[in-house]
Amino acid sequence: MLDLKKIRADFPILKRQVNGKPLVYFDNAATSQTPQQVIDVIVDYYSNYNANIHRGVHTLSQEATDKYEAARHTIQKHFNAAHAHEIIYTSGTTHSINLVASGFSSLLQKGDEIIVSALEHHSNIVPWQMLCEKTGAILKVIPMNQDGELVMTEYDKLLNENTKLVFVNHISNALGTINPIEEIIEKAHQVGAAVLIDGAQACPHVKPDVQALDVDFYVASAHKMCGPTGVGMLYGKETWLNKLPPYQGGGEMIAEVSFTKTTYAGLPHKFEAGTPNICGGIAFGAAIDYMNAIGFDAIAKYEHELLEYATKALLEIEGLKIYGTAKNKTSVVSFNLEGIHPYDVGTILDKLGIAVRTGHHCAQPIMEYFKIPGTVRASFAFYNTKEEIDTLVSGVKKAKMMLS
Amino acid sequence: MNIQEIQNEIIEEFAMFEDWEERYQYMIDLGKDLPLINAQYKTEDNIIKGCQSKVWVHAELEGDKIAFTADSDAIITKGIIAILIRVFSNQHPKDILEANTDFIDQIGLKEHLSPTRANGLVSMIKQLKLYAIAYQTQLQ
Repeated sequence: MLDLKKIRADFPILKRQVNGKPLVYFDNAATSQTPQQVIDVIVDYYSNYNANIHRGVHTLSQEATDKYEAARHTIQKHFNAAHAHEIIYTSGTTHSINLVASGFSSLLQKGDEIIVSALEHHSNIVPWQMLCEKTGAILKVIPMNQDGELVMTEYDKLLNENTKLVFVNHISNALGTINPIEEIIEKAHQVGAAVLIDGAQACPHVKPDVQALDVDFYVASAHKMCGPTGVGMLYGKETWLNKLPPYQGGGEMIAEVSFTKTTYAGLPHKFEAGTPNICGGIAFGAAIDYMNAIGFDAIAKYEHELLEYATKALLEIEGLKIYGTAKNKTSVVSFNLEGIHPYDVGTILDKLGIAVRTGHHCAQPIMEYFKIPGTVRASFAFYNTKEEIDTLVSGVKKAKMMLS
Repeated sequence: MNIQEIQNEIIEEFAMFEDWEERYQYMIDLGKDLPLINAQYKTEDNIIKGCQSKVWVHAELEGDKIAFTADSDAIITKGIIAILIRVFSNQHPKDILEANTDFIDQIGLKEHLSPTRANGLVSMIKQLKLYAIAYQTQLQ
């Protein structure tokens, strides 16, 4: 059981009023809120030991370096990576994906095949399209069904000896579908393809074990899991990270530099050119500690309760349709009111202090499939309550009344 | 009425409302009453793609004044379009170019004209002005 009162007290922003109403924050799939424990770490960094890392002889630099590397170990432990140097700090999921896509541009040949899913976020479609344009590789798409689940029999048909890479999100941002990534990874490996799993939407809800999954690359963002924006991570198997060329040149990523030849630093520094988001990295570690202290099993169980409660209550509203009805889904409800544009619903809800996302959620192919301009998406976190869902439901009813 | 007079009239109308609900309900009703753009002009060429809602605009010169018609797929966006059309349509290109949209702040709808709102309205105003420039050149 979660101690909701105590948890909510950790998040200063939840005390805020918006448009004269208490904030109901249901845009967690876009970004999560930040607990005081993480804010304190950020304040402590800038108040007490702000310094550049890895090359200073002075005390502050050493302290900052130690904390930054300790946070890398926290991330490693959380994802159960075999080595700390398999965790690369990035600016977030999009950066992580681009780093891998860029690395593969020198490894792919014309006629090679890349598989993505119909459920992807634009950030997991566009980099691969760019990669295909550059290398002559072919992009194939695993289709989805009416419930928003991937059609796995079609995936089987797409796999062949030309398949070099498979990219799928762990959980869909637009619909909340939890994809069968174990099966996807295993089958890709059977044809010798590497797999990247986009965990941006999964990490706030589950604790992935990259070794048990045997995944080649796993990417995530801190800001979706109670950490700050502008920092994320790329997990890559050591063998793959050694094969990929550096992504950017600069300080930190070199061993020796002369005008005739530069040798690159080893992992993870090879991929971490320039001064990184030091404070962000340390706070990312603190966010992971915070979530683990609450416990992912308890979080998943409670969020599932919220999902069932919201689904049932929303479906009682006449003319409301939920998109994404997968059997296995996380705490996201994407919906529309019949004949009403999602933007209008979102605008009225905002006036009532309720933060939801409207639009295509950077997943236009999904909206295209359902032939809709977008949806209203309410996404719940462990600090949300059933009372807040009641507020949402009456808000949706009010929007319906005003807009019909 | 000139643009300034129409804007003052709208400000007066909105001053009667006591809260956001009344303001929005009025705007939604305006959206419903907006004279629709002729179907033949609801084309890809006339579309302004916001991330959130779509807007269509068409302009015609009638004498020395421009008549605008428009539409949107979202009703609140459409309500604001109705207000903008009331201000800018059937005016001389020169007056359209000189006019601003500060009155939107005064009627409490500022957030809808924010460039980050991505509902197509900021681009729509740009488009109205571009038509005004084009027709002014034509008239000279």
